[in-house]
Amino acid sequence: MKKNAGNVPEHPMENLLRMDRIPHIWCSTCGIGTAVSCFIQALQNFDYPLDKIAVVSGIGCSGRIAGYIKLDSFHTTHGRAIPFATGLKLANPELKVIVFSGDGDLVSIGGNHLIHAARRNMDITVFCVNNFIYAMTGGQCAPTTPTDANSSTSPYGNFDHPFNIPLLVGSCGATYVARWTALHIRRLTRSMQEALEKPGFSFVEIIAPCSTLYARRNRLGTGLDLMKFYHDNSVIQHGAPLESLDIQFQKKIIVGKFIDKKRPTFLEAWDQYLGKKLGDKFISAEKGIRAA
Amino acid sequence: MKADPKGVLTGEHYLDGDHACTEGALAAGCRFFAGYPITPSTEVAERFSARIPHVGGIFIQMEDELGSMAAVVGASWGGKKSMTVTSGPGFSLMMENIGLAAMMETPCVIVNVQRGGPSTGLPTMVGQSDMMQARWGSHGDYEIIAISPASPQEAFDYSIKCFNLAEKYRVPVMFMMDECVGHMTEKVVIPNPDQIDVEPRRLTKKSPKDYLPYEPNEDLVPDMIVAGDGYRIHSTGLTHDERGYPAMKPEVQEKLVHRLVDKISKNADKIIELEEDQTDDADVIVMAYGITSRVTMPAIFKARKKGIKVGFIKMITVWPFPEKRVRELAKKVKAFVMPEINLGQVALELERVVSGKAGVHHIPHAGGWVHDPEDIYKVIVEAAK
Repeated sequence: MKKNAGNVPEHPMENLLRMDRIPHIWCSTCGIGTAVSCFIQALQNFDYPLDKIAVVSGIGCSGRIAGYIKLDSFHTTHGRAIPFATGLKLANPELKVIVFSGDGDLVSIGGNHLIHAARRNMDITVFCVNNFIYAMTGGQCAPTTPTDANSSTSPYGNFDHPFNIPLLVGSCGATYVARWTALHIRRLTRSMQEALEKPGFSFVEIIAPCSTLYARRNRLGTGLDLMKFYHDNSVIQHGAPLESLDIQFQKKIIVGKFIDKKRPTFLEAWDQYLGKKLGDKFISAEKGIRAA
Repeated sequence: MKADPKGVLTGEHYLDGDHACTEGALAAGCRFFAGYPITPSTEVAERFSARIPHVGGIFIQMEDELGSMAAVVGASWGGKKSMTVTSGPGFSLMMENIGLAAMMETPCVIVNVQRGGPSTGLPTMVGQSDMMQARWGSHGDYEIIAISPASPQEAFDYSIKCFNLAEKYRVPVMFMMDECVGHMTEKVVIPNPDQIDVEPRRLTKKSPKDYLPYEPNEDLVPDMIVAGDGYRIHSTGLTHDERGYPAMKPEVQEKLVHRLVDKISKNADKIIELEEDQTDDADVIVMAYGITSRVTMPAIFKARKKGIKVGFIKMITVWPFPEKRVRELAKKVKAFVMPEINLGQVALELERVVSGKAGVHHIPHAGGWVHDPEDIYKVIVEAAK
């Protein structure tokens, strides 16, 4: 067994974690750690050179994920992980670019970029940790907060309606859409791998417990209690109609793989369409010179 | 390094400033463009979209300016020279990720074909009122470089200069055009590729094991990498140490922010370009940039004919401001005159630098049209008294 400097056996995920940044900032029983473990496992199963994989995050608790992954990693601005990743991918098409961020970042402030990246079938993989709340800033209401749930800016309960994220990205053209909870570690890992292998815009929503803010404000117990809730209330239903995937406060959660289809990615369309129009005058994006 | 011939349209052309700017960018090696249409800058994007499939690279019309600027920063880390173009309202939206570019030290070029503001203002008419926003529009302390062209030929020439400075100092460079220069059509001579110097990215020569992404060189600028080259770096908009890791400490903040500012201000002599005319024995010096520098010329000729010793400084670089040169001249001249199509954005900086050692006469204009040279002449006469 490989050993690290302290002669302690190396953890099997150490090669992909920035160990010099551990301990991380996440709360005990937060679901993000589980999502990261599943991601690293998926990366290890994914047959792709690790030096050619980049991770991009936005802002928030999940926005910190990029900083702990030992790959080229970028911690960008609030909501802009997807357009940053878009530039990164288009400038260097051999990269596998992964956006790992939270619901507030991707679906609220970054919502416009999310739908357009799905529409373009931009060749990136998006992992969205949905904890139903703005956690980093102290538990404010999000566009994913279920109706009736309490948050620090919906102190009498949320009267508003949350997004059904799989419906949103699926209707915009994503080629792979799945949802799992932080409890479904084997299925989530496999789904992440499938998403990584899928050309085009692939998307996995990960329902994750926020024990410090969401659970406490709503008197739902600890992170463990939320995992028990997922156990008792998750229904695996592959191919479920996207319209049926609304999440209601403390009601059953439909999980599974909902979309797995093929259509030309942005770069494929660029090459094919312009190649046809311009013939031998066309020079593909990949042949464009580097900055040095 | 010389220009990649694929991007250089060598020859004599009849182009407007917007189109010439695109040709300059392509000659400089720009191979990624993300933008959102906005008057009066759209022609830059249009020409790029038509040209880039023949050169090799990407044009992407983004969903908004927030995304455009984020994509430009991402593409630069992906290893392509990258740009966007916009005008006032779009420039405001880009400020968020211009700050990210400054903090991550990302080479990129932002073209702003200025129109009248504030808000929607005068979409089709000239302004120069984004000059202070170019300098400090994003939050926090940082310095950028801003350059203004006064003709389509300069839009070509200085577009290349913008990309070169962006690479050299790893900083977002603002190409502050204006509607007049953007839409005026003149002869533009594009030289052979082997006559065009382009600055390559300053890629590290160190191995991944020894490389620290934010360890500065002597010129205060760190060497860079391209994502995918095996360095596995981390870069963040948070305050970070030389490893690129977040460090929420006042002493790290102190060191980082000072360096971001100093790498421009301490290299100002190497960055600044001015065109001076008869400044040596002048009583009055007119300073101007962009279209206003051209509008000023008849006023200067008239004043000289009347026997007034008037010198002229055309500012190619507006930021960093030419503090050193202005301080030298302030000891010798009676007064400075600065016309600009805003209510005093650069003139107030001039006043600060002159610091009472000479007079400063500002000639404001709220935008929509250029100054009447006669108005500039009258102020020169007044300043010479």
